[in-house]
Amino acid sequence: MPILVPDINLRIIAPALIVTVTAIVVLLGELVTPAERKRWLGYLSIAGLVVAAFAAFSLWGANASGFSGMVVADNFGLFLTLTIALSAALSILLSIPFIHAHEIDQGEYYVLLLASVAGMIVMATATDLIVIFLGLELLSLPLYILAAFQREDTRSLEAGIKYFLLGAFSSAFFLYGIALVFGATGTTNLAKIAASLAQSAGSPMLSIGVGLLMVGFAFKVALVPFHWWTPDVYDGAPTTVTAFMSVAVKAAAFGAFFRTFQFALPALALDWRAVAAVLAVLTMTLGNVAALLQSNVKRMLAYSSIAHAGYILIALVAMSANGLSSALFYLLAYTVTNLGAFGAVIALSDGARERLEIKDFAGAAREHPLVALALTICLLSLAGFPPFAGFVGKFLIFGAAVETGWAWLAVIGVLNSLVSVYFYLRPVVQMYMSEPAEGWSGIRVAPLVALALLIAVISVIALGVFPAPAIALAAGGLIR
Amino acid sequence: MPIDYLPILVMVVVVVAFAAIALTLSSLTGPRHPTAAKLEPYESGMPPFGSARRRISIKYYLTAVLFILFDIEIIFFYPWAVLFRQLKLFGLVEMGVFVLILLIGYVYVWRKGGFNWD
Amino acid sequence: MSLLVFYLFAAIAVLAALGMVVLRNPVHSALSLALVFVSLAAMYVLLSAPFIAVAQVMIYAGAILILFVFVIMLLSPGTDQGVGALKAQRGLAILFGAALLVLLIAVLGGAVLPPTRGTFTPEAIAAEGDTQAVGALLFTNFLLPFEITSILLLVAIVGVIVLAKKRQSISKQ
Repeated sequence: MPILVPDINLRIIAPALIVTVTAIVVLLGELVTPAERKRWLGYLSIAGLVVAAFAAFSLWGANASGFSGMVVADNFGLFLTLTIALSAALSILLSIPFIHAHEIDQGEYYVLLLASVAGMIVMATATDLIVIFLGLELLSLPLYILAAFQREDTRSLEAGIKYFLLGAFSSAFFLYGIALVFGATGTTNLAKIAASLAQSAGSPMLSIGVGLLMVGFAFKVALVPFHWWTPDVYDGAPTTVTAFMSVAVKAAAFGAFFRTFQFALPALALDWRAVAAVLAVLTMTLGNVAALLQSNVKRMLAYSSIAHAGYILIALVAMSANGLSSALFYLLAYTVTNLGAFGAVIALSDGARERLEIKDFAGAAREHPLVALALTICLLSLAGFPPFAGFVGKFLIFGAAVETGWAWLAVIGVLNSLVSVYFYLRPVVQMYMSEPAEGWSGIRVAPLVALALLIAVISVIALGVFPAPAIALAAGGLIR
Repeated sequence: MPIDYLPILVMVVVVVAFAAIALTLSSLTGPRHPTAAKLEPYESGMPPFGSARRRISIKYYLTAVLFILFDIEIIFFYPWAVLFRQLKLFGLVEMGVFVLILLIGYVYVWRKGGFNWD
Repeated sequence: MSLLVFYLFAAIAVLAALGMVVLRNPVHSALSLALVFVSLAAMYVLLSAPFIAVAQVMIYAGAILILFVFVIMLLSPGTDQGVGALKAQRGLAILFGAALLVLLIAVLGGAVLPPTRGTFTPEAIAAEGDTQAVGALLFTNFLLPFEITSILLLVAIVGVIVLAKKRQSISKQ
């Protein structure tokens, strides 16, 4: 067999490539940067992300695939790429002062975060199960390490080891699923799987393979009943890492989830749509009910992120063009909103001492009116109040579900949103209605945190008041 | 073809049989007069001290994991070496990129003192 | 003949796997696992996939098992801590494990595999060589996954240093 040089089209993978090169440069920079200048590595990382975002913009509408059909630069993947790059840049803005205050300011932090971003971009643009798996591993492995980055804190270590064990477990499920799907169809390429299934009927082996793939994805996006790791990991990991992984992992993993199921497996839609609908109901309900019981903000936001994964899953059940674009918009809206909420929590912390109990927020509105306002806006957006981004996202997703005959699912989603209002408003009530607790005076919000918070809140309001441009961008995101 | 690996199978059978026969015969035929000194583990003539089951230093972990990572790297060289001539310059470049990335990891470990036993 | 060899190694693999789970001493478990790995390598040879067999011996029996033994030594062997907490789950675990086993046997045992698809029939592999076939694909169509792997290894290297290296010596260097 003659060996042919494959089609190497570096332009298609330019965003992931730029992020990877930035990570390597930062790694080498870490070796020569003195301890007091580590923050420059953070700025360098943000610069790399901005360049990668521009590369993604320049590819808009290119709709080209490369590397023998392994990756594609379609608008769906590019929209997710931009979302991921935005979330990473905001997270790094929050991280620079945070890791300095916690005395973990090492260049490796940014290296691992950027490597994870590269994995996410690969996963969101991959069109082959092997590449999706490698993207999944490349996004997960740095996050396991980042979760345990506060090595002196046993809770951080616990978060790292829990995330690692359950993540490895879910990877095994995913890999087994790939093997069975390969056995049934003879290929790992998504387009070829779809073509193969269009010709021949499914088999039990294929069904089990698809089920195992779903378990793998469900672990990563934290769907009930595969969510057990989420509260402990989100609680124990450094707050900035929690902020990053609560949004970016969802964007990447849901991207591959949609691409695999909606694009490659429509032949089995009758089966997996029913399963996904059940999972969506369980996830929304359990996430919101458990969030009601939390007294710690990080755990509350962890359960809230589980609930939001349930809402996004409704868009997959809808399995339509509108479902796809609504999921993209929702992921973007959720990204800026949740980062804003975490940013506000970080802004209210006092150096290395964090305020994570809801009762600690008492009286924050008097001492830090602007931060309290930002947190309020973000929490209202998470709850789905107009005129914020979260409202538009929920509106679009529930609309897509009603259009395709899943009105009952939309009703359950709306009911869940109502439940969620209660726990999202609890910190707000504490901040505005209670007397200030001790120790509020003299806390300065770091300028970078303030900047990230400002960007997030402006985005939340802009996406809520003028959603049309973002919806138009998301609507162009058909999977190729 | 699997048949080419028959010698290895024969070797495995011979090794297992030899070990089994040697142990069985010596335990059946040899005289047995156990004394305390005879039952001690043999440690190159030194009197044994302490338990063999003590916890070893966590520093070995670093060495072990680094070994595994570079070992995994090697498995990719194997098919590359087989196809080296057919892959021509292109193959050299792609393996060069692969090695360069890992070389950066090597430099990083070195500069961080990962190979020091402090 | 090859069927006979298959059953021999299949029996060894199953027994060793059982031993790995049942044996009390973690070092004995690790040694049983080594036996499982080697038996699997023999099966790969029987399947005309010697490259996978070599990878199995090099990576699993050679490297991963060594790490297992290292970790056992790091955790001071002979102590059986932490099992008590899992006792409550034992019944459920057996139930679900058995259910999964029945499902897999029912599905895979009765599955009619599709007729060979793609270009790599046993004859084609025999003509070209298994390692050559793997390499030809790995370095052309699967070039991107191959390079991603190197980044993955780099991340793992960084992770080892971040998590296991003393931090004082990091900042000093």
